[in-house]
Amino acid sequence: MTDDGAFQPLAMDFDGAGDARERALALLLLSMADDEFVIGFSDSEWTGIGPILEEDVAISSLAQDELGHAQALYRLLADTVPDGRDADAWAYDRPPEGYLHARLLDHPRGDWAATIARRYLYDTADSARLGALAESSHRPLAELLAKIRREERYHLMHVETWLERLAEAGGESRRRLVAALDAMAADAGTVLAPLPGETALVRHGIVAEPFAAIEARWRSGVAATFARLGLPELPPTVAPDRARTDHSDVFRALHAEFTMVRRSEVGATW
Amino acid sequence: MVMAAPVSIESVAARLATVHDPEIPTVSIVDLGLVHDISVAGDRIAVELLPTFVACPALEVIRSSVADALVVLGRPVDVAFTFAVPWTTERLTDAGRAGLRRAGIAPPAEPVDVRCPFCGSAQIAMDSAFGPALCRSLFYCRGCRQPFEAFKPI
Repeated sequence: MTDDGAFQPLAMDFDGAGDARERALALLLLSMADDEFVIGFSDSEWTGIGPILEEDVAISSLAQDELGHAQALYRLLADTVPDGRDADAWAYDRPPEGYLHARLLDHPRGDWAATIARRYLYDTADSARLGALAESSHRPLAELLAKIRREERYHLMHVETWLERLAEAGGESRRRLVAALDAMAADAGTVLAPLPGETALVRHGIVAEPFAAIEARWRSGVAATFARLGLPELPPTVAPDRARTDHSDVFRALHAEFTMVRRSEVGATW
Repeated sequence: MVMAAPVSIESVAARLATVHDPEIPTVSIVDLGLVHDISVAGDRIAVELLPTFVACPALEVIRSSVADALVVLGRPVDVAFTFAVPWTTERLTDAGRAGLRRAGIAPPAEPVDVRCPFCGSAQIAMDSAFGPALCRSLFYCRGCRQPFEAFKPI
């Protein structure tokens, strides 16, 4: 799994990227970009139907941020894999099985409690990942993330407030939150599952430490919050070696939706 | 062939001061702190700008406004966005902060330090950290009973 050459499980074609370092970097950038793109697009479905006006605006802002982060990461990827694909081509021109987002994001946005549960698990894991990349030797990535981390601070504040609100409200709010966490908890760790080629990432100083170490730190943070709120402990990740493959029908439907305009007039500039 | 007069960095900066944020017409991109670097090399002018937020949808409008503003200098212009340093609210100048107030937007501050841009009251409450644009939050002034927006500190 951590063999530098082992990209087969993810079936990615990075022919344009040169050596092991560049292929591993490309995989990292693509997995992060796809995570941000999928959660951003999925959460944007709340626009217009948020539970209250302020939250409609908030979730729309959060989704817009994530889509912007995805675009910036796809641009870095296009610079790393000079095969002629631009950010839009990476975002829209792959079949569903070509996406490398974490299985956590294959869950539907569901009701508001499910959206908050998914956002909480994703945002806290992403924050741990961003922390391990803050001093990345890949300068364009370190520079972009210095900016992104300032924005993600607002995301964490928002979702932590909502997690507490739903957990402490009791009744239906808490029941729905617990049910949502129960449905996706075994997939929560997929955001930080080991990446093929991560030994190269660590050796070249692109990421500070192996993903297992990042995941352990994230889990202890979540465990403290969940203990305080009386929420069930997170179970270990199911099938971490397939953390970013075998996507769900929910994602296939989302993919059909977000590629629709692009497919409707191939090559058009919108 | 007639050589055009040399272009100075100052003349480029002066032109950039005439470009305003597309949503906040009282603040120039210079006072907003968007300008990271200006260079004049050979016959080309290069301007590097810092996005306030990564996903800011106004970036392309700002890019074309900058290019338009520099046309009079008669040189090819390259406008690029960079993350070389993160844009932060400390980059706003005093003139920029005053311009925000004129547009009815409270300058960025920690929530307890936000003042109503209309009446200056400190009797305010944050309704939501998220507003109608990525860079703004929603507040309400109990002094003059007006909702208002505040630039997010970042």
